[in-house]
Amino acid sequence: MEDYRISKLRLLEAESIHIIREVAASFERPVMLYSVGKDSSVMVRLAQKAFHPGKLPFPLLHVDTGMKFKEMYQFRDRFTKEIGAELRVYKFQKAMDQGTNPWDLGTIQCCALLKTQALLNALQEGGYQAALGGARRDEEKSRAKERIFSFRDEYGQWNPKNQRPEIWKLYNTLAGQKESIRVFPLSNWTELDIWQYIHLEKIPVVPMYFAKEREMILREGQLIPLDGPVPLREGEKPQKVLCRFRTLGCYPCTGAVRSAAATVPEIIEEIMTVKNSERITRLIDHDQDSSMEQKKKEGYF
Amino acid sequence: MPQGAKSVHTILEQSEKADLLRFTTVGSVDDGKSTLIGRLLYEAGGLYEDQLAAIRKDSGRFKREEFDLSLAMDGLKAEREQAITIDVAYRYFSTPKRHFIIADTPGHEQYTRNMATGASTADLAIILIDACHGVSIQSKRHAFIASLLGIRHMVVAVNKMDLVDYSEEVFRKVEEDFNIFAEKLRISDLMFIPISALKGDNVVKKSGNTPWYEGSALLSHLETVHVQSDRNLIDLRFPVQYVLRPDRNFRGYCGQLAGGVLRKKDEVLVLPSLRKTHIRSISTGEKEVPYAFALQSITVTLEDEVDVTRGDMVVHSGNLPKIQRETDAILVWMDEKPLKTGEVYLIKHTTQLLKGTVAHLHFSIDPDDLKRKKAKELKMNEIGRATVQFFRSVFCDDYARNRETGSFIMIDPVTHATVASGMIIERGHLPLMAKPDEKASVKSPFLHRQEGIISLKDRSRLLRQKPATLWMTGLSSSGKSTIAFELEKRLMAEGRLCYVLDGDNVRYGLNRDLGFSPQDRSENIRRVAEVANLFNEAGVIVITAFISPYREDRAQARKIIGAERFIEVFVDAPVEVCETRDPKGLYKKAKRGEIPEFTGVNAPYEVPESPEVHLKTGEESTDLSAGKVYQYLKERGCLEACE
Repeated sequence: MEDYRISKLRLLEAESIHIIREVAASFERPVMLYSVGKDSSVMVRLAQKAFHPGKLPFPLLHVDTGMKFKEMYQFRDRFTKEIGAELRVYKFQKAMDQGTNPWDLGTIQCCALLKTQALLNALQEGGYQAALGGARRDEEKSRAKERIFSFRDEYGQWNPKNQRPEIWKLYNTLAGQKESIRVFPLSNWTELDIWQYIHLEKIPVVPMYFAKEREMILREGQLIPLDGPVPLREGEKPQKVLCRFRTLGCYPCTGAVRSAAATVPEIIEEIMTVKNSERITRLIDHDQDSSMEQKKKEGYF
Repeated sequence: MPQGAKSVHTILEQSEKADLLRFTTVGSVDDGKSTLIGRLLYEAGGLYEDQLAAIRKDSGRFKREEFDLSLAMDGLKAEREQAITIDVAYRYFSTPKRHFIIADTPGHEQYTRNMATGASTADLAIILIDACHGVSIQSKRHAFIASLLGIRHMVVAVNKMDLVDYSEEVFRKVEEDFNIFAEKLRISDLMFIPISALKGDNVVKKSGNTPWYEGSALLSHLETVHVQSDRNLIDLRFPVQYVLRPDRNFRGYCGQLAGGVLRKKDEVLVLPSLRKTHIRSISTGEKEVPYAFALQSITVTLEDEVDVTRGDMVVHSGNLPKIQRETDAILVWMDEKPLKTGEVYLIKHTTQLLKGTVAHLHFSIDPDDLKRKKAKELKMNEIGRATVQFFRSVFCDDYARNRETGSFIMIDPVTHATVASGMIIERGHLPLMAKPDEKASVKSPFLHRQEGIISLKDRSRLLRQKPATLWMTGLSSSGKSTIAFELEKRLMAEGRLCYVLDGDNVRYGLNRDLGFSPQDRSENIRRVAEVANLFNEAGVIVITAFISPYREDRAQARKIIGAERFIEVFVDAPVEVCETRDPKGLYKKAKRGEIPEFTGVNAPYEVPESPEVHLKTGEESTDLSAGKVYQYLKERGCLEACE
């Protein structure tokens, strides 16, 4: 008996592959943003499926702040080499040389330079017309309204009030003058979907997602890892904590959660029952009210 | 705890296999939409927890926050107050049985555009009605747009039942009122549920407050409503999205199946070339599969080397979509700049991007009462029925049959804004053109041939000629057009008024809706004959240059034009000679099978039995041939005025 039922994961997979192929078919110079996190791992896996037996028809671009975790760099280099992808790393060297960091400048200023501006520079220098990114709508409330094909003006800014209607799967891929395009093939995936797909497809992810005893400090209700030279405040003492990371960012700004989930099924079980949004551990989203919307208007991915 | 671990594993596995229901919620804030969504998101999310906690027998393991409905509501309301909430917002939740995506559309501002967007991908719509107010104009409008976008399942959630003392009478009244309106809509599955989003009645669990209600709670309905077969699994439609050529040995065609089931070894037809071939392999990602079905993204390889590009469509040979240059459609206008008929727009249909125009706007539809109104333009958020012309053939189905191949968007060619969405519908019942054999029967009492004051004789005297139609027939490249234009030149030099109707030229305009099937060829010839007849009536000598391979069609042309004016000219060159001329390379293509039904190669040519003039263009020069026809015209007395 032939079975024509389609599960949610396979439907999401088919839709994301459709979006990725649409980008490859519509643009001469697309690029896929690769942030080393679990969503990037899934997005890359989908792209591999989309073009099998060929290679990815676009490079992977990592906008590197220089402040990622060591394990992330190790994973990045090994993973991209294994799958034979073309990896391009962009660092905003000028800002890094001036010693940009969140402790002195604050997280807003630091992100604006090392992530937002760096991304705009990288896209411009590479001459990329369309950038695929792994953002999901369930991550944060302003993303819930962002289109799958999202247009940015010549300064890379997003105007939430002037979005094109996106109807059926008929994506309008034509940019206006001076506009560039960000495309989010994982828009409709949730954190649960991501982990279930990782489980189903046995996709490798950075080991930091799994629970382990780690050297941490407790600051403003967040567990901050001691992965780099984090300046200690008065009274702060490193302690061993059983924890894992739900999202990965820069080491000074990424908190961990107390968790004993050491395998993918355990993580899935945890997600099914934990109500906190995953971004709660990312300090940058709490900078100010509607901070993500603000960042995106300025060009943050 | 091996026992527990196994059960957890089962839950995870079930969840990985669960399917998806996309639904849209419509209603205004006052109807309690935020409260309903807030409750669904929270309570449904808790279902996993309950299930897992039961297995672990350790409820302390999970720290669940107290449900603060007002907080959830305030969050949604606050968003609505920001300007960007005039937009569709997507929300996600899962239960152990199913996954859900909500397209949350605001009920007032820009409602048509937003609702259409939210509804375009939805399987089901929840229409919220406030029990205190009953069915409003807005509720009807929402139901209409949902049904227009092809949503088959609708749930009318009669909310705030707590405020009307859970009165069955109130509920039945809403049911009755809505049913009367819904009769005019295409909804195959309509369900009414009395709820209180605030108190939680019949949302996740059945309520004791409505003992008279026998149906299920809203969430149970959402978890069980059958939507998998809403896809079209009958008609194979595979729009080619991307051609994959990683190396010389591999050529794959990628895309998401828009309809039907495709199996290995299937005989398929590639549109528009109509090349037949077989499926060699089908794969999803790295995995080869024996068959694939609607909505899967696949890569196929073909048995033969066929030229296939993005925008082409692979179908089964016995089941073709409509191949059209023109269609009727319902348009939802989405741009500040109103629709202008005759303006050129870009159109995206499946994976094709082409140009097109709206030739005619039939009427606009008032969503409040479904009445048709005469309209000259469509403004933002207006809905209308129009005739759309495509500048290239489109392979489509009616929207009701296939949402994927029945829909298109229109794009402003300058700003690149998406200005409209269109749904292809069947053309009206009035036949737009009479079929050849029906011609005699088109005798409406209101149709009379108009007679003018100026007679044919008057025109003949003015032009010093008698009108006639020289009907050149023969194979492609036999010399029809060359002789026609040579003859036209001679006649014009003498001061005679004549005109050449050429096959290719007519097909660009008048007959661009026609293809090359025997039926279309017949209609092509019929129309040309009618045009030639009108030119003759005006006193003009007409030279036609059409292959016109069928005797029957030429006989019909003779009938339309009149035997006294019809001169059949057989342009006779052997097919081998035509092949060597072949300026457009058509014979070569036809022999490779790229042009189906090409006369002389894979379609027949019926030789004229007794043509008035027989030209052997394989042997004689153009000059000689044109001279012969000229001589014939002269002998027949066409080059002098009527008595």
